[in-house]
Amino acid sequence: MPALTYREALNQALSEEMERDERVMLMGEEVAEYDGAYKVSQGLLKKFGPKRIIDTPISETGFSGLAIGAAMYGLRPVVEFMTWSFSLVAYDQIVNNAAQVRYMSGGQFSFPIVFRGSSGGGLQVGATHSHTPENWYANVPGLTVITPAFPDDAKGLLKSAIRSNNPVCFLENEKLYGYKDEVPEGEYLTEIGKARVRREGSDLTIISNSGSTHRALEGARRMEAEGISAEVIDLRTIKPLDFAAIAASVCKTNRVLIVEENKPFAGWGAQVAYQVQRELFDELDAPVHRLTSLDVPQPYNYGLEQAVLPNEERIVAAIKEVLA
Amino acid sequence: MPAADPAVKNLKASSSSRLPELQPRQKIELYRQMLLIRRFEEKAKQAFTQAKIKGFCHLYNGQEAVAVGTISALNDDDAVITAYRDHGHALTRGVDPNACMAELFGKITGCSRGKGGSMHFFDAKKHFYGGHGIVGGQIPLGTGLAFAQKYLGTNRVTLAYMGDGAINQGAVHESMNLAALWKLPIIYIIENNEYSMGTSISRSSAGDPLTKRAGAFDMAAIQANGMDIDDVRAKTFEAVSLARTESQPTLMEIRTYRYFGHSMSDPGHYRSKEEIEARKQSDPIELYKARLLEQKVATEESLNALDEEVMAQAQAAYDFAEQSPEPELATVFEDIFAPEDQIAEFRPSPADGKCCARQ
Repeated sequence: MPALTYREALNQALSEEMERDERVMLMGEEVAEYDGAYKVSQGLLKKFGPKRIIDTPISETGFSGLAIGAAMYGLRPVVEFMTWSFSLVAYDQIVNNAAQVRYMSGGQFSFPIVFRGSSGGGLQVGATHSHTPENWYANVPGLTVITPAFPDDAKGLLKSAIRSNNPVCFLENEKLYGYKDEVPEGEYLTEIGKARVRREGSDLTIISNSGSTHRALEGARRMEAEGISAEVIDLRTIKPLDFAAIAASVCKTNRVLIVEENKPFAGWGAQVAYQVQRELFDELDAPVHRLTSLDVPQPYNYGLEQAVLPNEERIVAAIKEVLA
Repeated sequence: MPAADPAVKNLKASSSSRLPELQPRQKIELYRQMLLIRRFEEKAKQAFTQAKIKGFCHLYNGQEAVAVGTISALNDDDAVITAYRDHGHALTRGVDPNACMAELFGKITGCSRGKGGSMHFFDAKKHFYGGHGIVGGQIPLGTGLAFAQKYLGTNRVTLAYMGDGAINQGAVHESMNLAALWKLPIIYIIENNEYSMGTSISRSSAGDPLTKRAGAFDMAAIQANGMDIDDVRAKTFEAVSLARTESQPTLMEIRTYRYFGHSMSDPGHYRSKEEIEARKQSDPIELYKARLLEQKVATEESLNALDEEVMAQAQAAYDFAEQSPEPELATVFEDIFAPEDQIAEFRPSPADGKCCARQ
């Protein structure tokens, strides 16, 4: 199996799906002639031409809404946000139009559209460019929210997202674009709504997603030396939430640590913690612990930003607390 | 009406097709469509005061010539999208009046299964794309319909309506830039009824006429008198021809006036009764009626008979809505997601995750 970067895996998914279906097109800032701000769309203009790989002006409301209208008419657009932080400019279009017009019309229209782009902090680009907005979209009925952590899932989930007949928010992680791992060739679809156990263990369950999964895995490796066996679940899809996978693990380990990069208030981890205590209260040997970014805007300074993120040191300390 | 800005492209110079002369029966049909909107809205007003219609209800009285005149210039498979004052556009597009009234009553037989209400009428079969509640939010969508029409090579066009209040939304300007840049077959129609809710145009919008906004994008622009259906129809036809033959967008400003408040809950303190009465003197339906009589297309008696027919239709819609069943509670979970046909469905069942060994 060839090793690809997360970026190359996404590129392959886009290319394969565009070859498969002429209604699929890619639109966004710098996706065509510039080859993508993060090079996810590299080479696609040359391959598919300007009718299907479309550079837009810096008008997130305009081009997102346009793509939603095109989906309403039967196209299957992929909209790239240079970063998900810029999706705030298009929030009304995504929430009120992509997510809710199907319902408001009594099911008469479908919106087969994917919004995708980079997200997450840790790159010292300041508060406006460092959002991890999966919560904001997961809160909207009608939206599916996907956050892949590894190249194989990046490919498999993006292909599934493009084939979905419903609007999908696909949040890539800026720090993972260069991460390299094995990716199956050709037709490879990852099922949406299914979590994956990335590391098996018996002492506690760590539930995480996207960049946090990598930090959680690193924390688990460090604790192994101390004889602690941590299971790490990568959610992959935030909504719908694969609670069955969480439950299966919690029934085995009886202890839970949630690691998410979101700010703490009403993050997806709060939802998971609620469901765990509601459904699995008798399974728990310790209170559910939840680690998030700190409740402050993202600072620019390296040391400050690292302290804000759920870093490995904080994860190790949290594991010890859950097991105490 | 102020003179058109010389910087704005002259639409007439660039359109080629000729407006077809209407046959007498077609003229009477346009009259009937306007009258249906008027009688339907009167019935809706009555139902609202009886508390059979709840929420917001924005009536179209006074603006009938805009929807009927513009849509008369379309083919049946062209797309129409509008804002929340959408009853007139839906009826003119051919959406069943019974389904429209039932939607206002929140019934399962409504054109949006009782889930949209007054502001969110839809009918995919009639190429009616809503019915949208956020001011200006429908304009990017409409631009996307036109984008898809062009992408798929349909030779169809889109009419995207907005009120004068919407013209100050960024979404509208972003859309017009994209449509001009990418040469999309769309006509943006500003229904300028002079008030964005209770704020008069002189207090909300710099620059008169509003068609000047097209100049920045080098987009064709045209104005029409919204009280005169023939003028509306003729001007729309030019814009539609430009969209269909050259795939070029147009911004239309149609000057009109609404007789009732912004919504049914509007006390109307921002304008005088005298102003409203004065404007009713140039009523679009009365004006067209006089023209039909003058042209001897119809007689007073035949038009009165038509009115009775339309009133009966509005009453029938009311009765249908009242007698229709409420939606089953289970429908609240329906219509959220389209069925998947290329991948596995991914909605978890409510029983998932309750596997507890200790319980």
